[in-house]
Amino acid sequence: MSGDRHHHDHDHHHGHDHHHDNSELSETELRVRTLESLLIEKGYVDRAALDALIETYETRIGPKNGARVVAKAWSDRAYRDWLMDDATAAIASLGYTGRQGEHMVAVENTDKVHNLVVCTLCSCYPWSVLGLPPVWYKSPAYRSRAVIDPRGVLAEFGLDLPEETELRVWDSTAEIRYLVLPRRPQGTEAMSEAELAELVTRDSMIGAGVAREPGGAS
Amino acid sequence: MNGAADLGGMMGFGPVQREDNEPPFHAEWERRAFALTLAMGATGSWTLDASRFARESLPPAEYLSSSYYAIWFNALLKLMRERGLLVDGELEEGRVLARKPVARVLHGNDVAAAMARGSPTEREPAMPARFTVGDRVRARNMHPRTHTRLPRYLRGHAGEIVRVHGVHVFPDTNAHGGGEDPRWLYSVRFAARELWGDGRAAHDSVTADCWEPYLEPA
Repeated sequence: MSGDRHHHDHDHHHGHDHHHDNSELSETELRVRTLESLLIEKGYVDRAALDALIETYETRIGPKNGARVVAKAWSDRAYRDWLMDDATAAIASLGYTGRQGEHMVAVENTDKVHNLVVCTLCSCYPWSVLGLPPVWYKSPAYRSRAVIDPRGVLAEFGLDLPEETELRVWDSTAEIRYLVLPRRPQGTEAMSEAELAELVTRDSMIGAGVAREPGGAS
Repeated sequence: MNGAADLGGMMGFGPVQREDNEPPFHAEWERRAFALTLAMGATGSWTLDASRFARESLPPAEYLSSSYYAIWFNALLKLMRERGLLVDGELEEGRVLARKPVARVLHGNDVAAAMARGSPTEREPAMPARFTVGDRVRARNMHPRTHTRLPRYLRGHAGEIVRVHGVHVFPDTNAHGGGEDPRWLYSVRFAARELWGDGRAAHDSVTADCWEPYLEPA
């Protein structure tokens, strides 16, 4: 997970030329490092807390949480009903609570309705079940287009939604966080919850994709 | 405010660029900027709404050309400077020049509990809800210079209440030292044709969470 390989993509995303971006990056890097030292010396932050925060969101809290919620909802009708009725409690019962997931709502994809989640104003995202948002979710391209051209965005993501499907976009303008319950793929009747969870992608829980087919490419 | 962060419906950003197997962070400075933002937020020196306002009130050209953690970092500097927690010369010279106390410090062994607790925004209702599910409402045509979570693309448009979320902290006051002033919060569904005109699928919609002061009967 070294940064260098990814700087490239990241810079590209913002369309800057590389030389400029590299110097900008090292200046930012230096300023962040300096601020951290200052704030530790002032006693405002504890270095151990910074490390714990990074460790939590880099290794512990991520889309595997949400995948477990979805797999359970696919397998257990009573849990699915609870999730649709009170997602905060149903998700908390699996141990996923707290920051940027304090108030959860689940929205279910069916053969008639497809849901897509965005935050046009900033980067609101259900951290407790999906972890930190990917760069594209926070990008001006996604935030601007998801509300005015959601079918175009989905088509670019490889999802050609039939005209008759009702598309519901959810703009996360308050502290309610949305989790999409994707459709369960066909041919998965015999699969265990753990096996089903492997089919649940991050993007399928944003509505920007669908769950994997069993045995299909990941 | 009508800032660069309010992106819904804008054009010209091109396709959404996605990265396969994207890591949570793309560089070490992003990890540290993320953790510093959360740790300073935990000192209680400002509200989450104030930090959103600090980000959205960055100069538009800067906002649109910065990566998301750069936006967070620059907003963090602004929040600290406004409150005297960072003074001129400190970042430039790399030495502490002023020591104003903060209310709390997040310690390493409290991180897990603090993140699992989060910051719920729901409060006890002090008055009955003005609207109920099924009511037709119109988003007010309002353009405050201060923080609001009513995106421009919804203002003046009519929709339908589809869910009542209870009473939640009101960002428009809470961002500016005006207190929580909790208000009823509703999911309001706007038809895509109402927002964007003809040429949209008849059943497509955008749903946003709107506090009661954003709405009037339609």
